[in-house]
Amino acid sequence: MKVIVAVKRVVDFNVMVHVKADGSGVETENVKLSLHPFDEIAIEEAVRLKEAGQIEEIVAVSLGSAQCQETIRTALAIGADRGIHVRSDSELQPLAVAKLLKVVVDQENADIVILGKQAIDDDSNQTGQMLAALLEWSQATFASKIILGDGSADVTREVDDGLETIRVKLPSVFTADLRLNEPRYASLPNIIKAKKKTIDVMDAVETGIDVAPRLTTLKVVDPPRRQAGVRVASVAELIEKLHTEAKVI
Amino acid sequence: MSCLIIVEHNNTILKPVTLNIVTAATEIGGNIDLLVVGAECADIAVSASKITGVSKVLVVDSEEYACQLPEDMAPLVAGIADAYTHILAPANTFGKNLMPRIAALLDVQQISDISAVVSDDTFERPIYAGNAIATVRSSDTLKVITVRTTAFDAVGDDSTTSAAIEVLPAAGGSGLSELLRTESNVKVRPELVAANIVVSGGRALASRENFEILERVADLVGGAVGASRAAVDAGYVSNEFQVGQTGKIVAPQLYVAVGISGAIQHLAGMKDSKVIVAINKDEEAPIFQIANYGLVGDLFEIIPELERELQKFLGQDRP
Repeated sequence: MKVIVAVKRVVDFNVMVHVKADGSGVETENVKLSLHPFDEIAIEEAVRLKEAGQIEEIVAVSLGSAQCQETIRTALAIGADRGIHVRSDSELQPLAVAKLLKVVVDQENADIVILGKQAIDDDSNQTGQMLAALLEWSQATFASKIILGDGSADVTREVDDGLETIRVKLPSVFTADLRLNEPRYASLPNIIKAKKKTIDVMDAVETGIDVAPRLTTLKVVDPPRRQAGVRVASVAELIEKLHTEAKVI
Repeated sequence: MSCLIIVEHNNTILKPVTLNIVTAATEIGGNIDLLVVGAECADIAVSASKITGVSKVLVVDSEEYACQLPEDMAPLVAGIADAYTHILAPANTFGKNLMPRIAALLDVQQISDISAVVSDDTFERPIYAGNAIATVRSSDTLKVITVRTTAFDAVGDDSTTSAAIEVLPAAGGSGLSELLRTESNVKVRPELVAANIVVSGGRALASRENFEILERVADLVGGAVGASRAAVDAGYVSNEFQVGQTGKIVAPQLYVAVGISGAIQHLAGMKDSKVIVAINKDEEAPIFQIANYGLVGDLFEIIPELERELQKFLGQDRP
C-alpha cells in the first residue's frame, strides 16, 4: 500500500506571532518556519506503519512556494521515501489544497492519506475532510490510534465526549491528533540520506484547477488584551473577592 | 437570507451549543431552520422546535444515521443546501468533522470557528491559536460556517410556540464507516464548554488523586473540571478534559487554573473567560499576566484549603 502524507510549512510553534502594523496579516518575514507539528505526527505514523511492514511507500507532498521543499526534506529525513512539491506562489485555501491533493492522490494511486488535523496558522481544520469528500473516501479525523486491517482500519478518535473507535473502509483519509505518537528526531545519517531522495515538482497552474481564494482577509488585529489583576494573600481572601467583587460565586 | 443549523445531539440529549448558534444565525438574519439527523430522534426534534427564534425543524430519522457519521450525513445535508444561504454547526469535534465534508461536496470554502458576525458575508475568526483575529469575507454564494459557540450567548429553549416539524426522507448509508465503540467518563458534572465555572489542573498536580480533590472543589461550586495538555499527556485525566488550542475552547464566568503555567496553547482555550483565577507556586508563571486574581503558594496546601474554605463559605459540611 502507498501512503501520502501532506506537509505544511508554518510559522514555528515556538514563535510568538505579531500582527503587522498595517493589519494585513501576521508577520511571517524573518521568523522561523517549520514543518507543521501535526504533520510531523502524520509522517511519524506513516513511518511506523512502514516499519511494521504494513505499507510499502510514503510520499510526502507539500503545496506552496519553493521553500516548501525544505519542509519536504524534513519529512524525508523522518522517513518518507520521496516528495512531491506542488508549486504555487498564490495563497492556497483549504478547498484549493484539497483539490490539488486529490490530483496527486489520483496520480499516485495512493491507498491512504494522512494529514495533521488542523494547521496551527489558519486553524481551519478542513483539508483532510474536504479531500475525503472529493475522493469519496471514508475519513477518520483526530486520530489517536490507527490499526490497519484487511481492507479496513480501526481508528480511535479524540472527540468531545472522550474517545470513539470507528472502522473505516480503505482507501481512507486520516488526520492526526496530538496523542497519535511522539515523532522521532531525524538522525544525522537520515538527514544526509534525505538530501539524495527525489522531490518531483508540479505546477499548480498546470493542473487546471481554479485555486483562487474564496475568502478575502479584510484585516487582522490583535485580540483584546487582558490586564493582570491583583494578587491575593490567602484562600479566604480569594473566596471573599470572588464573592463580593467579581460576584461569580 | 435563510440559515440552516445542524443540531448536535446523541439521539437522547440535544447539546446546548445549538442555542448559541441560533444567536449567530440571528445576527446573520433571515429564517432559521434546524436540521436534526439521527435515529429514533423524534424527541430531539420536539426539543429543537421549542428553541427561541426557530422557523422550522427538519428531521431525518433513520437507522443509518444512528451514529451521525460524516460519510452518511454530508450528502444528505448537501442535498438540501439549495434552500439556504448559510449552513452552520458548532466548531467542536462534531462540526469540525462534518462541515468541511459538506463544504467540499458543495464546492464551498468553509469559514471555520467564527467568533463574530460582521455582516451576512463577513465574519471574525481567531487564527494562530487566538493570537490574532482575522476579519474575512466570503465570496461563495452559500456560506458553510462553524461557530465558536462560547462567543455567542445562548437563546432560550422553552418557547411556548413550537416551530413546525417537517420530516424529510433518508438518503441511505454510505457503508464507508461504522462506529465500533465509545469510551466516555460518566457525566456527573456540567459539560465543560457550557459550564459557568471551570476548575482546571495542570501537570503540577502530579497525580490522578490530586485531580480528585479538584473534582470535589468543582462539585462544590457546580463547575466542570478541565486540564492542561500536560496533565492529559501525563495521564492524570483523559483527553475530553483538555482545554486549549487543540482541546476545548471554554469561556466560563469563572476559570480557576491550578498548577497551570499558562502555555500559549492553553491560554488559547480559556483566555475569554470572564474571571480568571491563577493558583501557582511559581510567581513568574505567565498565567498570572492574564489572571484577575492570583494566588502564589504550594498547591498541596492550597487545594485542600480551597475545599475547606469553600465548604465553609457555602455552609456545607464534609459528608
